[in-house]
Amino acid sequence: MNTNERISCWRLFKLFSQMALLGFGGVLPFAYSYLVERSGWLSDAEFAEQLGIAQLLPGPTICNLAVIVGQRFGGVGGAFAALGGLLAAPFFIVIGLGIAYRELAASALFGNALQGMAAAAAGLVLATAAKLAKGMWQGAAAPQAARRDVVARRIAQEVLLVLAFVGLGMLKLGLITVVCALAPLGFVLFAFVWRLP
Amino acid sequence: MNDKLGGLSLHLAILSLSAIGGGVVLVAPDIHDYVAVQNHWLSSEQFSAMYALAQAAPGPNVLFVTLIGWLIAGWIGALAATVAVIVPSSLLALAAARLAGAGAGAGSGTRGRRWAAALRAALAPLSAGMLAAAGWGFLRMSNAGALAILLALAAAAAVYGTKINPVWLIAAGALAGTAGIL
Repeated sequence: MNTNERISCWRLFKLFSQMALLGFGGVLPFAYSYLVERSGWLSDAEFAEQLGIAQLLPGPTICNLAVIVGQRFGGVGGAFAALGGLLAAPFFIVIGLGIAYRELAASALFGNALQGMAAAAAGLVLATAAKLAKGMWQGAAAPQAARRDVVARRIAQEVLLVLAFVGLGMLKLGLITVVCALAPLGFVLFAFVWRLP
Repeated sequence: MNDKLGGLSLHLAILSLSAIGGGVVLVAPDIHDYVAVQNHWLSSEQFSAMYALAQAAPGPNVLFVTLIGWLIAGWIGALAATVAVIVPSSLLALAAARLAGAGAGAGSGTRGRRWAAALRAALAPLSAGMLAAAGWGFLRMSNAGALAILLALAAAAAVYGTKINPVWLIAAGALAGTAGIL
């Protein structure tokens, strides 16, 4: 990341605004096309690396990505410009929807539509969970590793997945408790017992 | 009113800072618990409606928090909720990005890389399991009947199996709901 390239705050703001305004149902899919394909600011590998960091950091992934990319090309000002671009217009759009909601909440038709939208939105969350699980499966099957370790790691990950679901969804322990209990356990298992190659 | 805003902001900031590995939707059940169950500022139906609206709108899905703040305390609530959920975690990301830039390569030794990989391997199943729990929680929150659950599973299958833009599925959900079949 030793690039000397600088990008003006205005250009950062503009690109992230465009990306956000296209991002119906989530911005992350558009981040790739804008940052890699259209602007050429990042290579494929750089995008994957910075997305990985954005996911590991707490908070909204797409906002973390904006901060990281903005800071890289424009320093602290660039980070705020990118974040501002990502949020400014959508902030007012969601409030517009909120106003519509308040006006129309009494209408049965609108209420029904919202119930359908909520069900679909819940489905989208489930799909993201399934995609993560699939990525996890593929990651566990690293070809260089000993076969016994691959199987052990896969089973450990599946157990962790089920425990996380039960902890958050059924026992209602809350995210902090679930992560504090399971993340260190998983880390020790994958760093020391069944090492990754 | 100020107590309300302060409590909401503090809670959202803490929850946002604990949402590691899958975004703020992971803490949606906790946010729901705080605003709807403990404080009764809004109903569960309203909560899931806000999430659905934010998904249908362009922009980051985390802005469902903006709508929740708006519903609880108007414009100032919207602003406070948005700042609380975004600013602390963004400052942390900024600090991390600057540190990584300053010590380029410091954390990329073999051991550092292996530990980062182990952490990712540990967080991936947690994210998947907790996201599934959050999605399931949304269905329960909105009092979904059998047909609504079926719709949710169909939407999940469509997004999982194809490259369709998720907003079409939200639109399909709106249509199905309007038609009164749920």
